[in-house]
Amino acid sequence: MRILVCVKQVPDTSEVKIDPVKHTLIREGVPSILNPDDANALEAALQIKDKNPDTIVDVISMGPPQAKLMLRECLAMGADNAFLLSDRAFGGADTISTSRTIAYGIKKLGNVDIVFAGRQAIDGDTAQVGPQIAFRLELPVVTYVQNIREVKENSIIVERQLEDGFEVVEVQKPCLLTAVKELNEPRFMSIGRIVGAFDTEITVYNHEDIDLDQELCGLKASPTKVYRSFTPEPKGKGEMLTGTINDMAHTVVEKLKEEHLV
Amino acid sequence: MNKKFPDYNGVWVFAEQRDNKLMGVVYELLGEGRKLADEIGCELSAILLGENLGTLADELFEYGADNVYIKESPLLKTYTTDAYSKVIGRAIEKYKPEIVLIGATHIGRDLGPCLSVEAETGLTADCTKLEIDHEDKKILQTRPAFGGNLMATIICPDTRPQMSTVRPGVMDKAVYKKGRKGKLVVLDDVELKSEEIRTKVIDVCKKIGETVSLTDAEVIVSGGKGLGNKEGFKLLKQLADKLNGTIAASRAAVDSGWIDHSYQVGQTGTTVKPKLYIACGIFGAIQHIAGCKESDMIIAINTNENAPIFEIATYGIVGDLYKVIPAMLEELN
Ligand SMILES: Cc1cc2nc3c(=O)[nH]c(=O)nc-3n(C[C@H](O)[C@H](O)[C@H](O)COP(=O)(O)OP(=O)(O)OC[C@H]3O[C@@H](n4cnc5c(N)ncnc54)[C@H](O)[C@@H]3O)c2cc1C
Ligand SMILES: Cc1cc2nc3c(=O)[nH]c(=O)nc-3n(C[C@H](O)[C@H](O)[C@H](O)COP(=O)(O)OP(=O)(O)OC[C@H]3O[C@@H](n4cnc5c(N)ncnc54)[C@H](O)[C@@H]3O)c2cc1C
Repeated sequence: MRILVCVKQVPDTSEVKIDPVKHTLIREGVPSILNPDDANALEAALQIKDKNPDTIVDVISMGPPQAKLMLRECLAMGADNAFLLSDRAFGGADTISTSRTIAYGIKKLGNVDIVFAGRQAIDGDTAQVGPQIAFRLELPVVTYVQNIREVKENSIIVERQLEDGFEVVEVQKPCLLTAVKELNEPRFMSIGRIVGAFDTEITVYNHEDIDLDQELCGLKASPTKVYRSFTPEPKGKGEMLTGTINDMAHTVVEKLKEEHLV
Repeated sequence: MNKKFPDYNGVWVFAEQRDNKLMGVVYELLGEGRKLADEIGCELSAILLGENLGTLADELFEYGADNVYIKESPLLKTYTTDAYSKVIGRAIEKYKPEIVLIGATHIGRDLGPCLSVEAETGLTADCTKLEIDHEDKKILQTRPAFGGNLMATIICPDTRPQMSTVRPGVMDKAVYKKGRKGKLVVLDDVELKSEEIRTKVIDVCKKIGETVSLTDAEVIVSGGKGLGNKEGFKLLKQLADKLNGTIAASRAAVDSGWIDHSYQVGQTGTTVKPKLYIACGIFGAIQHIAGCKESDMIIAINTNENAPIFEIATYGIVGDLYKVIPAMLEELN
């Protein structure tokens, strides 16, 4: 069995700060990490490999050359091979364009039984790329996978998270699944594998390598454009109540009465 | 009407139903869709799929839809990506709406991306604001990214339809008008074959116990890590009951196992906008604030006077919630 995991290098958005004067994101000093949901996706693939040792788990990413570091982390966690789709032409892609490039990359790699992606990347936050790749490759897709119950010869039984519970879905293979954080607890990199990960060659493909017309890549092929971006305006700070606990409780209940909330 | 795309016309909303009940976000999409349609000067339509849908179409008319596109089939009873994306994709191709709005639910965020690829058009994710550009009538779609640290306004200038998923709980609900009528369009000629569906829903498991509807609540009493233990929610429940409200939680409280994820407010939980939000022992991380800052009134109770929750609070109380809440309960009695 061959499993492919789509992984993205992202800035750790919990470390992102806002410049209080310019109202822009301060990205300097913000560590780049493997997107958290993608770590769950990779873990799911590795667990299948643990049970079926002849499984091959490969990781693929689209991004700048720096993304190799994140791919080496994936190798150190247990992935067999890493592929990086990297080309100036890929820059500025929206999800329509990103999913096309990754789908071409996956086609180039050939036969695959399961493609995993994360549900959502913590920078773009769209959760669109996974299902879009599936649609482009004409693969059936299950998003929000919170549990993998059984991997069968021709299908997989998974639990798909819903707002108020979950559904049990049987999906034909080959397919694409997107992972949520509840799926598993990602393993750490293994010390033994870290050294090897740095010696492993990472295959880099540009647009020609994956037979994708330059006009169909990156910003040019993106139907959505960022028209403007801004930091959310802080809501004006209200009133800090003073006095004893009982005074404050009294004041606040009076306010609620004024607003007819009691 | 937009001259650049003369063939495309009208605002569509996806009327997501589960167990033949419309999802709450559908009413919000109809409210927002009505606003956009009026500004552009076009019709508002809903697309409704399922089986034995009964009076749901009438309900959509009463909430403002001018047209309802409907397809009923046993193959559409429960949502599957294949069935829904095929039928809606084909309907979009045939009827060419200018704008398609989908609720950013777990189903909408599965469907939307597939439809956008099918039509090779842009899809803006999880929008919290939609406006019409007065110059060329395109929509300006505003959404949070980078974990709520950044807002981006996205446009889709060169392809149609313009598609957005819309975050539940943010837009105003449509106005109900009893007996309002519209045109029903049965999608008989939009085909769907059972072989096209490659997934099978074997079972649907609903969480047992009280179901929470945070998006509908007018008063929410929310607890964080500062509660210290699971029992703290009992105290919050007393206050919530007194105010005819419901309880909710921060992620740290959910991750501590004190309460179910369905109660979580924030970026990875539910976005709420009640009349009153009382944050008890909640620090005010940006991911939490993202989900509650639109509340009409926010009361924050926290022992740490520097907690960022006070930055968005209408009224701030520095103090131990285990002293403040009982004092409030006493005042209320
Ligand atoms: C502020 C801002 C707002 C944006 N809003 C939109 C928008 O509304 N609509 C839109 O179409 N684009 C939007 N984009 C562009 C979008 O962020 C990029 O297209 C990005 O490459 C993919 O989207 P994502 O980060 O949301 O990924 P998601 O769709 O959230 O990612 C889901 C999964 O897909 C896989 N994946 C995603 N990207 C890669 C990659 N590069 N390599 C390997 N696997 C990957 C991973 O498994 C990931 O977990 C926006 C960008 C910015 C900066
Ligand atoms: C990608 C991502 C998504 C996230 N999504 C969400 C989300 O959807 N929702 C969410 O809530 N969080 C989310 N978080 C987590 C968020 O960053 C915070 O970690 C979380 O909100 C903290 O919860 P808290 O305020 O309850 O806990 P803490 O940060 O531990 O704060 C507890 C507070 O309680 C106060 N306190 C302690 N004892 C008392 C007392 N007796 N009386 C009064 N006050 C007291 C303390 O002063 C402190 O301010 C997300 C994080 C990431 C990285």
